[in-house]
Amino acid sequence: MIVRTPPGILAAAALIARKDLAIEFRTRSAFLAALTFSLVAIAIFYFAWDATAVGAVDLAPGVLWVIFTFSGLLGLHRSFGVEEADRAIDALLASPIDREAVFLGKAFANLAFVLGVQAVAIPAVALFYNLPLTRVLLPLTAIAVLAAIGLVSVGTLFSAMASNTRLAELLLPVLALPFFVPIVMPAAQVTARLLQGRPISEAMSWLRILIAFDIVFVVACALAFPFTLED
Amino acid sequence: MSRAATPAEPTRDHVLAPTPAATSALIAIEAAGLSRSFGRRVVLRDLTFQVRDGECLALFGPNGAGKTTLLRVIAGLLRPTRGTAKVAGVNLPGGAEARSVVGLISHQTMLYSALSALENVEFAAKLYGVASPRAAAMRALERIRLADRASSPVRSLSRGMQQRVSIARAIVHDPRVVLLDEPYTGLDEAGAVALTDALETLKSAGAALMLVTHHLSEGLALATHTAIMRDGRFVQHDARGDVAVEAYRDLYREAVMG
Repeated sequence: MIVRTPPGILAAAALIARKDLAIEFRTRSAFLAALTFSLVAIAIFYFAWDATAVGAVDLAPGVLWVIFTFSGLLGLHRSFGVEEADRAIDALLASPIDREAVFLGKAFANLAFVLGVQAVAIPAVALFYNLPLTRVLLPLTAIAVLAAIGLVSVGTLFSAMASNTRLAELLLPVLALPFFVPIVMPAAQVTARLLQGRPISEAMSWLRILIAFDIVFVVACALAFPFTLED
Repeated sequence: MSRAATPAEPTRDHVLAPTPAATSALIAIEAAGLSRSFGRRVVLRDLTFQVRDGECLALFGPNGAGKTTLLRVIAGLLRPTRGTAKVAGVNLPGGAEARSVVGLISHQTMLYSALSALENVEFAAKLYGVASPRAAAMRALERIRLADRASSPVRSLSRGMQQRVSIARAIVHDPRVVLLDEPYTGLDEAGAVALTDALETLKSAGAALMLVTHHLSEGLALATHTAIMRDGRFVQHDARGDVAVEAYRDLYREAVMG
C-alpha cells in the first residue's frame, strides 16, 4: 500500500510553479517572445521620441509600463496554454490538491516570468533613456514587484477563463487589460515621481492605491478562480 | 440474467447484481438518480449503479451517449445536476478525500510534452502525496514497461508510448478507483497488452474500474459488468457473465439501434 499525504495549498502551489517554470525553462518560448517584444518596443519608442519635446524621465515611466503590461500578457496566455494542450488540466483538477493551490502555483510562476522580463527591460530602458537607475533601483524594484503581483493575479484568473475558449488569444487581453488599469496607472505615477527625483511622500497616495488594488485582486481572484474551472 | 431494456422504454437503471465473489466487497463507486445537464441539454439521465472493489464496469455506447460525461462526474470534474454520486463513500464532487483514491486515464494523455516521462509521473506522485515520489514513479513506469524511456521528453515518444506514460501517471498513487476513457486509443499491440496487464493487476488488487471503450472485445476482456449507454441512459446493464464477444455485439447493436 502506497502511503499518501496530499500536499497543502502552499506546497501544492510550489509544485505547480516549479513545474511551470521547468517547462518554460526548457522551451523558453514565452520568455524569449516577451523579451523580444520588450526590446523591440523600447527601440521603437526610443526612435519615435523627440527629446526636445518630452524629457526622458517624463516618457520612460509610460514606456516601461506599456512594455510590462503587454509582455506580461504573452506569459499569462501561455500559463494555461500548457495545461490545455493535452488536457493536463484534467489530471491537475482530478488530483487531491485544492483549486486555490492551482491558482497560487500559476500566479507564482507568472510572477517569476514577469519579474524576469522586468529584470531585463528596466536596465534596457535605463540605458536607452539615460535614467539614473542606481539612485532609484530599490524603490523602483519594489514598485515593479507590487505591480507585478496585481497584474499576475488578474492575468492568471482571466487566462484560466480564456483558455477554455477558442478565442483565448483575443479574449485574454480583452478581459484583462481593463483590470490592469488600476494597477498600471498608480505604478506609472509612482515610477514618474521616483525618476524625477521627487520625495517618495509625494507618491504615497498612488502607492496606497497600488497596494489596495493588489490586496483586492489577489483575494478576489483566488476566491473566484475555482468557479472558472467549472464546466 | 436480465438483459437489455428496449431503448423505447428505458428502465430506471437497477443496481448491478454483484458477482458472487464480489458480494462482500465494498462499494467503490455509487450513483443514485444521477443526472447532468449542460444548459437545457440533458446528458445523463437518472443513472443508478454501483461498482464494487475488484469489479470492472465496461461502458459501451455510441458517441454522445454520455459515457465521458459520466466518467468526468465520477472523477469530480463535473457536478451532478441532480442525484448523487459517491466515490469511496464520499459525495461528489468531494474534496481531497474522494479525489485521492481516483486515477483518471483518457484518450488525451494529460501530460506535459516538455517534461520527461519520469518528471510527468513524479509530478503526479507529488500531487497525490505519494511517499518517495521518484521511486514510485519509476515503479509505475516499470509496470507499464517503459522504464527504459523514463528520461525521454514526452514529446519525443510515440503516441502509444505517451499513452503508456499517461497510464503510469494515473496509477502511480495506487488508486482504489480507476476511470478509463478510451485508454486503448493509439496503443500498439505491446502497449495494449501492458495496459491490460496493469489493469488486471489493479483489479486483482481490489481496485474498481470504469472503462469507456468502443472496442467490445477489449472491454469485455476486463469487465465483470457491462452497460450500454444511449441518450444518457443505461439501456443494458448487467453482470458480464460469460457471454461471447459476438453475442454481445448483437446485443449492443440491438440496444443502440433500438
